Formats: sequence, structure tokens, C-alpha cells
Amino acid sequence: MAELLSALETRNRILSRELTAYEYVSMILEKIKQTDHRIHAYLLVQEKTAIAQAKEIDRKVKRGERVGLLAGLPVAMKDNICTKGVRTTCSSRMLESFIPPYDATVVEKVRGEDGIIIGKTNMDEFAMGTSTETSFFGPTHNPWDLSCVAGGSSGGSAAAVSAGEAALSIGSDTGGSVRCPASFCSVVGLKPTYGLVSRYGLIAYANSLDQIGPIGRNVRDCALLLDTISGHDSKDGTSLQSNGEYLRSLSDSIEGMKVGVLSELFGSGTDPRIERHVRREIQHLVEIGADCEEVSLPILEYALPAYYIIALSEASSNLARYDGIRYGFRAQDEGLDWKSSASKTRGMGFGPEVKRRIILGAYALSAGYYDQYYLKALKVRTLIRKDFREAFKKVDALAGPTMPVPPFKIGERVEDPLAMYMCDIDTVPINLAGICAVSVPCGFIEGLPVGMQIIGDVDNEKKILRIANAYEERAGYTERCPQL
Amino acid sequence: MVICMTKVTERKSSWKVDEETVERISDLVNIRLSEEEASLFAKQLSGVLGYFKKIDEVDTQDVEPTFHALDLKNIVREDQVSPSLPNRAALENAPRKENGLFKAPKIL
Repeated sequence: MAELLSALETRNRILSRELTAYEYVSMILEKIKQTDHRIHAYLLVQEKTAIAQAKEIDRKVKRGERVGLLAGLPVAMKDNICTKGVRTTCSSRMLESFIPPYDATVVEKVRGEDGIIIGKTNMDEFAMGTSTETSFFGPTHNPWDLSCVAGGSSGGSAAAVSAGEAALSIGSDTGGSVRCPASFCSVVGLKPTYGLVSRYGLIAYANSLDQIGPIGRNVRDCALLLDTISGHDSKDGTSLQSNGEYLRSLSDSIEGMKVGVLSELFGSGTDPRIERHVRREIQHLVEIGADCEEVSLPILEYALPAYYIIALSEASSNLARYDGIRYGFRAQDEGLDWKSSASKTRGMGFGPEVKRRIILGAYALSAGYYDQYYLKALKVRTLIRKDFREAFKKVDALAGPTMPVPPFKIGERVEDPLAMYMCDIDTVPINLAGICAVSVPCGFIEGLPVGMQIIGDVDNEKKILRIANAYEERAGYTERCPQL
Repeated sequence: MVICMTKVTERKSSWKVDEETVERISDLVNIRLSEEEASLFAKQLSGVLGYFKKIDEVDTQDVEPTFHALDLKNIVREDQVSPSLPNRAALENAPRKENGLFKAPKIL
């Protein structure tokens, strides 16, 4: 099945004219028609523009003109990333009819390399969730078991790649939102170093933690997309320079690299089957030349509460902009003053999880609690950064599970916010420290995917991708596809 | 085994948020809640905030806060005019507008 070829392989076939971009895009569109009513990865599919762009790329190839890194590859874009003239909803009633007047930098970069934006993907409302169940438009189903969640918040992006409904996709990761669904859907998802990918045009949730990241069917595809989207952007004040060439550096050996097995990622909430399975898989790294030793960072026990306090505080301030005046939903407000109009609009426009998070954040920032919660959490963040820095003086990378549990049933955790937050326990420390981590498929437990997380220091994407790639070649789990 | 710094000691904590507090905060953030929402949130928030209190166990004396993961300082640029959104595009998404302006409800 050509729709399940790797993105790199597909691109090579398009360049050598064994396959046209038009044929490939048509095949992906057909696949979406056949399967997406069961998965619900997409909120919007751009059929016409995708076909037009594919034909244009075929013309370029035929004429022997230069084509970009992503020539003819359909890329699915999370619906919190602005696309000019194309509805961008954040899966919220608040932005149900919002049509951005500009493109996000990542959108321009993907198009600039001849990637085809095939559609906008489902997500938790305003990226607030771990299961894509808080979407105003309904949940995304896991391609490996339709009764389970796809993970979140970039559930649609991961499910689209997993189900063969896109060659590549882009998500955003504030506390695990790329890595969690990548783990649950058995694809590769990377949370780059904070600042490596421009956030211009990404609708903000928590600015000091948000980062856009690539998703692919294997590590090479993920590196290819990172080559495309990384790099400095003057429109994002927190943007870093990138030295690129992630794909090219993958093949270097991992012989002699030191990998710390991070004890805290196997904490008390971890499903024992996950612990057994991931520890066994990490042993494969030793077989291919890495040195593994146990590493413990006890401060990580406080990462989850610190993360939530900081993320929700930032969110409560960020989401104050939705007042129904300049864009977005506005409630019937005849005769109401500004405060009543805004309160009614926000009460109706936001779903329960978004309201809960704004209120929690405002509480943590409110008089009397600022020092106790917010400031304290920022100090814990300092300690977490410091301890990671110390650890990376001794090891090249850290490893453990991406998620403490396998994909759970739709509806299973939705009534209990704290139980849902607990699922983020292994992913949030990375965002607090601003470092990078990749989730790579590492097998199945009772038919449900498990992901291994490999964590690197600031700007160490090459190292962790190399380890992930070597592991993947050894383990071969990315070759498997869900039966749909 | 490599053990990195920061020692920790466990402590149990609980927190109670009543409906009145939820209503006061929701008024501050301009979100109108139904009675059912306020009562459900009070229960859920008590649990979550109780868990957040866990960070009290960490000794943070003499620790500086981290507002940002990068050590970037102020980024400055030349004060040069560059193209911006035309008025029409900026108003395109406004639910209500008049004479090239956003139409807001009365403030006072």
C-alpha cells in the first residue's frame, strides 16, 4: 500500500517519477474518505488546493526544476496553527468560524519545501487535554483500537499519520501533546528544544512551554520534517538558530553513547506492564552499543504539580483575549454591558476543561496565593532545569516510557480531571526544562501501542534522533500498521 | 546509580475550595458559570489544588524563579515601519463592526 510508505521513500519515488504527486495525494484523499469517519483525525480536508498543488509539483519534476524537501508529501496540520484563509478552530466553539488572515511560519516553511497542507487535525480544545476528548467536535479514535483514545492534545495529527491519512503531520507540545499521541498511535513524535521551531502563528496556550513538533511514521521522516520547520524566525522573539541536517546525521553510530534509564519515569502510577516492557526494550540499546545505567532525579516527583500551576497560570492570562469583540464567538448580548457580554460569551464559547483551567490558573495567580503556588512552582522549575543539566554532564540522553499507561478507553478518565492530568507525569518535565525528547514506538501490550521516550539536553535533537533511529532499526515496530 | 541533588520529603496536604470561591474567581476571569458547573468545579478544584500543594514539600529557599526556559535577554530591532494587516483583513473575523471599527458593547 503506497499510502503507508515512509515519507522519504514516497518523495524519492516522486522525484524519480515512479509515482506522481497527483497519484499519491489522490490515494491519501481516498484513504481519508474511506477511514476518517471512523477515526475523526480531520476537522477539515483541503482537497482542491491539495490536488492543484500536487499537479504543480508534478509539472516542476517533469521540467526538471528544483523541488523542495517535502516534494508532494501531504502534511496534516494541527488546528491551532494558523492557515491563511482556512478555518482554524483550536477545536473550540470559541473559534468555530475563525479564518486567520495570515499563515504560521511552519505553514510557510512546509509549503516552501513543496509540502502539501492536506488538512487541519482534531485536538483537545485549545490543546488542553491528554486524549483529544475535550474537542468541541468530538474525540479522535485510536487507529489501533477504535474504542480507545488517540492521546492528546495532538490526537488528530498522530492518528492521521498512523492511519495512512497523511505522510507527515505537525502538532504542538506544551506538556506532552506531541509525544503522548505519538506513543498511543505508534508513530514517532518529537518535542524540540524550546525555541527551535518558530511559534509564530501557533495559537498560544502557555507561551513559556509551547513548542511545535513533527510527527512521522518513522524517525527518518520525523527528522526530514524537523529539517524543514526548524530555524530562526524574526517573528518569534524566543526563536533559536538551528544548525539543521537532522536527517543526514541519523546514520552515525551510537556506539559508546551513555543512556541513563530515568527511574522517576517508572514512578508509582506506572502500569507494571509498561515498566516491564519498556525496561526490556531499553536493553536493545545496550545490544547496539550504548551504555545504560540507572539515573534518578528525585525532584521530578514535583514536576507535574509545578507544570500545571505554571501552564494554567499562563493560560488564564493568554485566553483573556477571547472576548468576542475582534474575532471568535460572541453570545447574543443585546443590552448587555461589556463585562456581562464577555462573561456570557466566554461561558458559552469555552468547554468545561478550558473553563476549569482558566479558573485554576487565575486562582494560582490571585492575591494571597501567588507566592504559594505560582512563584513556588517557578522555583521548582529552576531546580528541575538544574538537575537535568547535572544529569546531562554524565549521560548523553535519558530514557523511559512516554506514557505511564497504555491508551485508555474513550470516556474512561474524562470525568476525573486529576486522573487525566496524572497521565502527563512523564512528559511535562521536558517542557519545564525547555529540553528535547522524542517518543518512538517500542511495541504493544495486548495490541495497544507503547512508546519509549528518549530525552536530550538543549539543542541535542541529533543525539536523541540518532538513538531513536538505531533503536527503531533494531526493533522494527514502525513497520507495523493498524488494520483499518 | 547517579543521584542528582535536591532532596525531598513527603507531606500530606488537602485543600478545600467552596462554590463561593469558584464564583468569585470565575467573575474575575469573566466566565459565567451555571450553578451545576460551579458546584462541580468546586469539588474538582479542591482535589486538583490539594495535589498542587505537594510542591510545598520542596525546599526552595534561596532559589530564583525560572520564568522562561531560555536565557535570552531582550531582543531589539530597528524601529522601522513594515507592512501590517490592512484594516479590512483585521476586521474580517469581527462578529460586529461599523465604519471600519470593531463594535464593542458599552463599557460604562
